[in-house]
Amino acid sequence: MQSAKEAILLEQVPAKRRFKPGKIVIYFFLSIWALSTIYPFVWVILNSFKRKGLIRSDSFSIPFGDRFTLENYTTAFDRVDILGAYKNSLIISSVVTVAVIVLAGLAAYGLTRYRFRGREFLHGLVIASMMFPVFSTIIPVFRMMFRWHIVNTQNVGLSQLSVILPQIAGNLSFAIVVLMGFIRGLSIDLEEAAYLEGYNVFQIFFQVILPIAKPSFATVAIFTFLWSYNDLFTQMFFLRYKDSFTITRLLNEITSIAGVNYGLMAAAVVLVVIPVLIVYVLLQKNIIKGLTVGAVKG
Amino acid sequence: MNSMIFKKKTPLLVFLIPAFLFMTLFLYYPFVMNVYNSFSNITGLGTAAQGLNQPWYQNYVQLFQDPIMATAVKNTLLLMVLTIIFQVGIALILALLIDNIKKGTQFFRTVYFFPIVISATALGLLFNLIFLYDGGMVNQLLMKFGATEAIDWKDETHYFFTMLFPVMWQYVGFYFVILVTGLNNISPDIYEAAEIDGAGGFKRVRYITLPLLHNVLCTCLTLAITGALKVFDLPWVMMGAGMPMDMSWLTGTYMYNQTFTMGDVDYGSTIAIVIVVLGVVISQLASRIFKEKEY
Repeated sequence: MQSAKEAILLEQVPAKRRFKPGKIVIYFFLSIWALSTIYPFVWVILNSFKRKGLIRSDSFSIPFGDRFTLENYTTAFDRVDILGAYKNSLIISSVVTVAVIVLAGLAAYGLTRYRFRGREFLHGLVIASMMFPVFSTIIPVFRMMFRWHIVNTQNVGLSQLSVILPQIAGNLSFAIVVLMGFIRGLSIDLEEAAYLEGYNVFQIFFQVILPIAKPSFATVAIFTFLWSYNDLFTQMFFLRYKDSFTITRLLNEITSIAGVNYGLMAAAVVLVVIPVLIVYVLLQKNIIKGLTVGAVKG
Repeated sequence: MNSMIFKKKTPLLVFLIPAFLFMTLFLYYPFVMNVYNSFSNITGLGTAAQGLNQPWYQNYVQLFQDPIMATAVKNTLLLMVLTIIFQVGIALILALLIDNIKKGTQFFRTVYFFPIVISATALGLLFNLIFLYDGGMVNQLLMKFGATEAIDWKDETHYFFTMLFPVMWQYVGFYFVILVTGLNNISPDIYEAAEIDGAGGFKRVRYITLPLLHNVLCTCLTLAITGALKVFDLPWVMMGAGMPMDMSWLTGTYMYNQTFTMGDVDYGSTIAIVIVVLGVVISQLASRIFKEKEY
């Protein structure tokens, strides 16, 4: 009798489910924050298409009819080398991303699968370097590369290299930690089967691990790319000549060029944000999932 | 792993050497070198050090006598406390709210996280337009609601809010995503058990959800502490060289200014060390106070 009563009780509980303090109120508050994150971007995009001066007198209207103009964008492309800056950004961030994936992938695999003396120590070093702020390494790095003659030079390729090298190092520890977390979770059976087939350890890494670990590598790649693209501090330190400016570095310069031409400034913001927006919308699942793995484990 | 594959250790060199070579050359060596630089006399980024300072700890004396450094440390600590309270606080409220709904969670997640992937430089310019004195978005809005005078958002009374708000706003989504992941890991059985015991609503949050989120909140706390010390781009783009009147310096922006604009490279290195020490000490303190718990 008693147990039957309990069974009925248990069956009733899920029907009641969790406490719900008025769904509408919940959606209302969640939407307010959503509005706060979306609206500034919508606002700046709309205003970048408005005629001169309207941003300061009539910024909430829709650019339509005689309010609409492409002038801000044509000015932006005329005054500064936007396409060149995109190209520089793309080169730097792509090289950094590929290098980080390859180096971090190899290191993460070695650190996870091999048992050797000093393993704990190396793992500790990786974790510790996540705590190094860029401020604490950048001056000696600059001085070292100055001796190598790859900073303060008009040569675009070398200037790009001077941003690429420290950015690779700066992203490695995060990448290694995330990838180690993933590889640790893989069953070793597949690798053993491949070994019995006669694969050596490098073939196992490139032909067995890389294909399975693709989603994790994708996350690391996206994050590395975005950090490299957005990292103003390193770019300000090493990119001194206009020809080598990346889009983020150029944007920082636009304030002085634009003066009080706020429409131009709005257009410049949009030009930097749009590529990231596209990447984000296409890949947002990878981005958010991967971030939590990295953050919680790190 | 005791598998046969990994018995032979020579391939390990290929796995480890490239990455660690990079990190040694561009992280560990410079880190040590930076400590040495803080005792040296360096007048330009590209010029050789002219021996040690006289006395060698001169920069550290200067730290304590420099009123702007005091402002920078004070601002950074204030920023840290406020970002912890507001970023993690708002994120926690949003996460607890979203835990109650089913439809649209993916949408909110995507939207909340978006500002984090945008460069802080672009956000700095965007917020410059929003907080513009002469016809910025906020002032236009205030005028519509009947304000008669525009507010100068970068003057002595408003500068801290103007600097803090975008930094805070940008990272709420980051902590939100971490906290939501933590909430999803709490088994529904526990809530059901609680409901049988009559714990619902706020009681449930206070006695079940929050204690179970303890470790995730600790992670957020550490991230917020180290994050606040890394803030650079947004204040640099919005406030430039410490305006108004050297009031808005942060340790990061002040370090850049000393190194580049002032050319006092060794003092810049010393400020960088202050940033490291603050980070280590404060995160250690925080983890002592809010010890991680095992369940």
